[in-house]
Amino acid sequence: MPEAPPRHRPKWRLPVEWLGILPFVAFAVLFLVLPTMKIVIGAFQSADGSFTLQNLIDLNTDSIRNAYWTSIKLSLITALLGCAVGFAMAAAVVFGGLPKRVRGPLLTFSGVASNFAGVPLAFAFIATIGPAGLITLELRDVGINLRALGFNLLSFWGLVVTYLFFQIPLMILIIIPALDGLKREWREAAEVLGATATQYWRMVAFPILFPSLLGTFALLFANAFGAVATAFALTGPQLNIVPIKLFAQIRGDVLGNPNLGYALAFGMIVITGFANVIYIVLRTRSERWLK
Amino acid sequence: MKRLVAWAVLLLGCLYFLLPLIGMTEFSLKMRRGEYSFDAYARVFEDPRFWETFSYSLTLAAATIVFGVLLVVPTAYWVRLKLPQARPIIEFITLLPLVIPAIVIVFGYIRLYNTSSFLPLTGSALGTDILLTMGYATLALPYMYRAVDTGLRTIDVATLTEAAQSLGAGWFTILARIILPNVLVAVLSGAFLTLAIVIGEFTMAALLNRPAFGPFMQLLGANRAYEPPALAVIAFAITWGCMGLIQLVTRFSKHERAKA
Repeated sequence: MPEAPPRHRPKWRLPVEWLGILPFVAFAVLFLVLPTMKIVIGAFQSADGSFTLQNLIDLNTDSIRNAYWTSIKLSLITALLGCAVGFAMAAAVVFGGLPKRVRGPLLTFSGVASNFAGVPLAFAFIATIGPAGLITLELRDVGINLRALGFNLLSFWGLVVTYLFFQIPLMILIIIPALDGLKREWREAAEVLGATATQYWRMVAFPILFPSLLGTFALLFANAFGAVATAFALTGPQLNIVPIKLFAQIRGDVLGNPNLGYALAFGMIVITGFANVIYIVLRTRSERWLK
Repeated sequence: MKRLVAWAVLLLGCLYFLLPLIGMTEFSLKMRRGEYSFDAYARVFEDPRFWETFSYSLTLAAATIVFGVLLVVPTAYWVRLKLPQARPIIEFITLLPLVIPAIVIVFGYIRLYNTSSFLPLTGSALGTDILLTMGYATLALPYMYRAVDTGLRTIDVATLTEAAQSLGAGWFTILARIILPNVLVAVLSGAFLTLAIVIGEFTMAALLNRPAFGPFMQLLGANRAYEPPALAVIAFAITWGCMGLIQLVTRFSKHERAKA
């Protein structure tokens, strides 16, 4: 019987395997981490480079507070409506007894619509419910004046209606697989034990779906919060929401203080970061169930 | 009853999505007074800036896709093969572009790579183009990485690598001739999605002052009435085309696999 060779524990060896992801890490550091760090550090620096909290304190003006508040409201409302309508449409397709043929086109269309954001989306809505849009004119012909009723596309609610065009499809894309993941056995088990449909939804299906619902909500929130192009093409630079304000600040230092610009951007990272941390945590939780 | 409600919900939803599409199409045809015409489209296609900005964005999209594939495929492959412990970190990094808004990333670029910095990329047109390509690569990263990683999951990376190695293949051969063809469908899906994202992108291009298609559309929108909806129809057709191509390659691969 040959003797086992004496085992040497290697003291330390160059972690060659890690070299394989070096290009990726270099890319991420240069074009993702460092630029973000620059903003974060800049937010805590004064003009001469010393540490200060003054920039964050200076955010507390009427105009900037309003911008954040409008942005948060816009993101919350479009995320909420996007989730609700998207869920209703997804549920109609998955549980409503609709023909199978409906499903494929709906998913394809959702893929297209969720990517049809930005400048062209704004044009589409201007052509439809803008001052001279198709629906506006049709309604005026039958005696309904949208403008007189207080609806204006170039306003907060106009943005809400427009943002839903990419929010709802995103919800549909994410939630249909989750609804598919609800096992038939769970429903049958609930029925055998005497549960009504409402009880099944309230006590079985909803708790299972809850993490992915809340997670998608967070994703939609961040999606709306960071959007620039649609709002900019729709209303130009005047609408007071954070991304538009930051856009103007980067272009021409409208706040008159470069470090205040960093603080404005830092606030955006904090808010979308918070929304996405919720998303990531909840998604890992829901994936455990939906295998 | 249930089916009725389901149909109602679906049809109402579809109405919301169809109306803007009808609206923009109808508006884009109304340039000539009293009759429908393609005048607005003719006007758009006559504009040399349309072709300049469109081909600029197309070139940038191609550069982004090539760079993205070269970056993501080897990394995702290596992580699956040798570094499963690095997986959570890499996945976290690939999700970051969903967390940090594009406008904040490009703000960082402008301040970090200005003419007085260690890497003065914004100092020249070529440098800014490279910077914009990197920016687009970050925007596409979550989708590209996910697509390729899902593609790699369906093949036995370790066995294929060992087989190739025992036949004398080096790393380059393994990646280019074994791994890439096996995840081609995933790579193509990621590529078309990248194209859809990049072609009309506004924020990064506008802030870096590059003559891309997105800023051109915005400029036209601020000054003209009938061309913008025509551009919207064109942009929608491009997005639809990209998604259609994704479906096509996916379906094609399913047929291939079914035959095998």
